[in-house]
Amino acid sequence: MRNSLPAIVVSLTLVACSSQPLSPEQAGAKVEDRTPAAVKVDVSPVAPVVAGKADEYSLGMLKDPKSILSKRSIFFDFDEYVIKDEFKPLVEAHGRLLVTNPPIKMLIQGNADERGSREYNLALGQKRAEALKKMLLLLGGKEVQIEAVSLGEEKPRCTEHNETCWAENRRDDMLYAGEF
Amino acid sequence: MMTCNFPRSLCAALLWFAAGAAHAQLTIEITGAGANRLPIGIANFSGERIVSQALTSVVRADLEHSGLFRLVETGVEPIPDNAPFNYGEWKTRGADALAVGSVAPVASGSDNRYASRFLLYDVNKQAALGGQTYLSSATQLRSAAHHIADYIYEKLIGEPGIFSTRIAYVVKSTGRYELQIADADGMNAQTALASREPIISPAWSPDGSRLAYVSFEAKKPIVYVHSLATGQRHVAANFKGSNSAPAWSPDGKKLAVVLSKDGGSQLYLVNADGSGVERLASSNGIDTEPQFSRDGQFIYFTSDRGGSPQIYRIPAGGGEAQRVTFEGSYNVTPRLSPDGKSMAFISRNDGRFQLTLMDLSTRQTQILTDSAKDETPSFSPNGRIIIYATEIGGRGILAAVSSDGRVKQKLSVQVSDVREPAWGPFVK
Repeated sequence: MRNSLPAIVVSLTLVACSSQPLSPEQAGAKVEDRTPAAVKVDVSPVAPVVAGKADEYSLGMLKDPKSILSKRSIFFDFDEYVIKDEFKPLVEAHGRLLVTNPPIKMLIQGNADERGSREYNLALGQKRAEALKKMLLLLGGKEVQIEAVSLGEEKPRCTEHNETCWAENRRDDMLYAGEF
Repeated sequence: MMTCNFPRSLCAALLWFAAGAAHAQLTIEITGAGANRLPIGIANFSGERIVSQALTSVVRADLEHSGLFRLVETGVEPIPDNAPFNYGEWKTRGADALAVGSVAPVASGSDNRYASRFLLYDVNKQAALGGQTYLSSATQLRSAAHHIADYIYEKLIGEPGIFSTRIAYVVKSTGRYELQIADADGMNAQTALASREPIISPAWSPDGSRLAYVSFEAKKPIVYVHSLATGQRHVAANFKGSNSAPAWSPDGKKLAVVLSKDGGSQLYLVNADGSGVERLASSNGIDTEPQFSRDGQFIYFTSDRGGSPQIYRIPAGGGEAQRVTFEGSYNVTPRLSPDGKSMAFISRNDGRFQLTLMDLSTRQTQILTDSAKDETPSFSPNGRIIIYATEIGGRGILAAVSSDGRVKQKLSVQVSDVREPAWGPFVK
């Protein structure tokens, strides 16, 4: 199937700062190219829409507060990197966006709360970022689309020394091109 | 800048003594002292009064901050270094040792040079222990004072002094991070890197010429190697994912690093110039915080491969990992002493993260602090002192404790958080 895609996809690099101009029309065309006859495209039983309708998950929704795609954060329990059930619809929506827009790139930044060693917390944040990346790959996102990195405890959203704040910092953030 | 009405050479000297004060310097406060401090008098050096008093005060401060000396009052008048020495008088005054000296300009060519000369006397043995003369420019007078303190320290304590060494650390103020390097007494702080994004894990090359560190300026962690003399730096590791925790091999040619490029945080070796990456160990968990042993035979590291973060070691050429810590559920950040006999690390006890020392032959451990948020210990190159980061009243400061736990110091920067200390090596 790959050789029907424009060469531009194959030549995309993995640099986090790339800003590839994207057009919904181009993404729509690709989906039509890729749909072979009689293959079930809908990979997720929970997704409310049929894959292939590019306008359901368009890039404009990333900034629309009414869209699930404007939500970018997933939170974790203490010492955990398992993605909780409550976040699965969010992950699936972003997975769908990646699938329907192959040129799009995502940077996942994993974070940890402040307790303990900075380097160990960097590695914990990395586990969280990779857990999310793995789920997105299972949903059909491609390796070249996603980079998982960690900020450890270095860029906290809040700085109080209590569980409410620590819970907010045990987090993955999903960023798209132009946002990092 | 202050105006100076003294002769130009004197002004240059005074400016240098005052140099550290304006630049957010580290201030040192001793909070505990050794039980048996050696009483020593450092007489005012003779010479141009202001210069000699400044020089003498640096020598006194160095020795006092070590916590191993108690200063004996010596009066205002300098004691001549060319007259017979009155041992009896100083024994009466309770000194075990006395230093006398002079500092004088040397007429030589175009630059202003000074000769700082001193003699050290052992009052009990009634003998001169030795002395030195240091030639320096006006701007190097502070450095001459540190050398004098090193000499006295080594003669009386029996190990090299660290007063001429430097420490690196990170200062965080609002929206800004700076990697700074200061003299061991906190003065003359210079900024190696200023950034809007975090900097962590500075590591000195064994010859003191370079710093490796992790910078987040590209919105992900990347390892850099920074040459201090030139200010030039290059990327040592920027693979897909995260790159962190650089640790130098004893020959200064390689770095152990933590990379997530193959999934998970795992240990690799890379040449200092960034070439030649090779895998060092494999686990299904987190491997991080590598540290070479001083003889280069082993790499100690933190791993949760056994279910909780503990310290392990692996032969530097690869092989089976051996577990080193067994008590408690959280032991991280291994740092080997220069003599290889002990290991400092951070253990979590009842939720408190505390600097701990292990005797590697007996495996006995001792908690050295009673604080709760200790991080990143670093040994002085003579193994006597451990500097570390901690928090007091919500603010990040550096603290130091002697390896026997007795002498304690606090080092802080006004209005900022300080963290990530790394003690530099002896300067040749």
